[in-house]
Amino acid sequence: MQVIVNHTKVFETLDQLAKSISAANPDFSSTVIVGIQQGGAVVSEYLYERLLKQNPHASALKHGKLDITFYRDDVRNKILAPDTMHLPFTIEGKTVILVDDVLFTGRTIKAALDALFDYGRPARVQLCVLVDRKEHRQFPIQPDYTGMAIPSKPSDKLKLIITQNNEPQVVLLNQ
Amino acid sequence: MQLSTKHLLGIKNLTAEDITLILSTAQQFKEVLQRPVKKVPSLREVTVVNLFYENSTRTRISFELAEKRLSADTINFTAGASSAAKGETLLDTVNNILSMKVDMVVMRHSASGAPHFLAEHIPAAIINAGDGINEHPTQALLDAFSIQEKTGSLAGRKVALIGDIMHSRVAQSNIYLLKKMGASVVVCGPPTLIPKHISQALGVDVSYNLRETLAWCDVANVLRIQLERQNQVLFSSLREYNLAYGIGKEMLDSLHKEVVIMHPGPINRGVELNSDVADSKQSIILQQVENGVAVRMAVLYLLSGRSVAE
Repeated sequence: MQVIVNHTKVFETLDQLAKSISAANPDFSSTVIVGIQQGGAVVSEYLYERLLKQNPHASALKHGKLDITFYRDDVRNKILAPDTMHLPFTIEGKTVILVDDVLFTGRTIKAALDALFDYGRPARVQLCVLVDRKEHRQFPIQPDYTGMAIPSKPSDKLKLIITQNNEPQVVLLNQ
Repeated sequence: MQLSTKHLLGIKNLTAEDITLILSTAQQFKEVLQRPVKKVPSLREVTVVNLFYENSTRTRISFELAEKRLSADTINFTAGASSAAKGETLLDTVNNILSMKVDMVVMRHSASGAPHFLAEHIPAAIINAGDGINEHPTQALLDAFSIQEKTGSLAGRKVALIGDIMHSRVAQSNIYLLKKMGASVVVCGPPTLIPKHISQALGVDVSYNLRETLAWCDVANVLRIQLERQNQVLFSSLREYNLAYGIGKEMLDSLHKEVVIMHPGPINRGVELNSDVADSKQSIILQQVENGVAVRMAVLYLLSGRSVAE
């Protein structure tokens, strides 16, 4: 396992992302932030905390977690145990800020959009990612907020992890 | 994490980890059933046949709904209206159905071991929906899910199975499951309806006294008197059974504690359970039915892997 981005840089990037989200959404009354399990849910929690601190309007913002296990397009090749789904509010007519840790092929986001629409019809969906591996996209999906672009090989496995000291790092997993 | 088996033939050959995985997956499917769109696309490319050689309302509807909520295609087969009535063998019937590209078989049969026999001869994943007096695994799983939901855990829980233990596949599956998950089990009923060596064979305690059993347990799972499976008279009349082993509100109230009442259905009202108990707040009978769909979705989902079908 090789650390690609250390926690200082991750925190800086999260601060930047929160600022961009604040700038684009002056009023949070009809906005919800939803993290994709598991890495995206972690990123969305960090962002939610920062937005609450940075922006006085953010108290109206709602935070949820989305699990896409049942929506994966490769579901039957590998049966995975599902994670928790937590959307205790309506997304009907809302602006949904969908958050993921690493954007790679775009398949996860496609599945997340499918899952999201089973909860209602949002007014719009924005995508926020900590890391973009944009040269590997297989679907016409682009983020609205990008933390950092990291060049990578297709076979690389990039992941956000939380260390024992409770610090987030982006790592390259061994093959 | 994956199940250790490619079929669900009984609780007997599941591990405690399998049971935990099924119950935690069912928890997520229960959430799916509360949404505006109560459906996920997971089994879109799967075809399931519901093969019912024996009558069923709840189980068949529950399985069919679970399959539809997973977006699977379903075919229903009932023995009475089929070529089984013309003398076709079980294996021939199933092979004919499978040649039409069916991936999974949900089967109920009056012969104990029928799904085990099929599992040895066909490639599709098989889910036992009740075989004779052997097992009814999804019922035990949904009972366990309901106990966990109502009381918080299975380990250490005191569960009484009351009534016709002898003819009950629900009882047998429940005993296997509860013991594997660390609950204590007492079976209670008239001596004629409790197998003689059940203590040694399955590790449960036996009681012939209903009041003592209810005073001991946290949960009472009351079983149906199976009139169709009794070719000999094992108690003198239904009224006498009700007087000795029927559960009424008066008795429950006199215990001064909250016993959770369960029943796999269909209830013989006024025989094993009086209406004032069946419809009371203590009863979670309708929650069991609701949970049944989520639990069956979990089983179908976890057994649907492509390697299984091919």
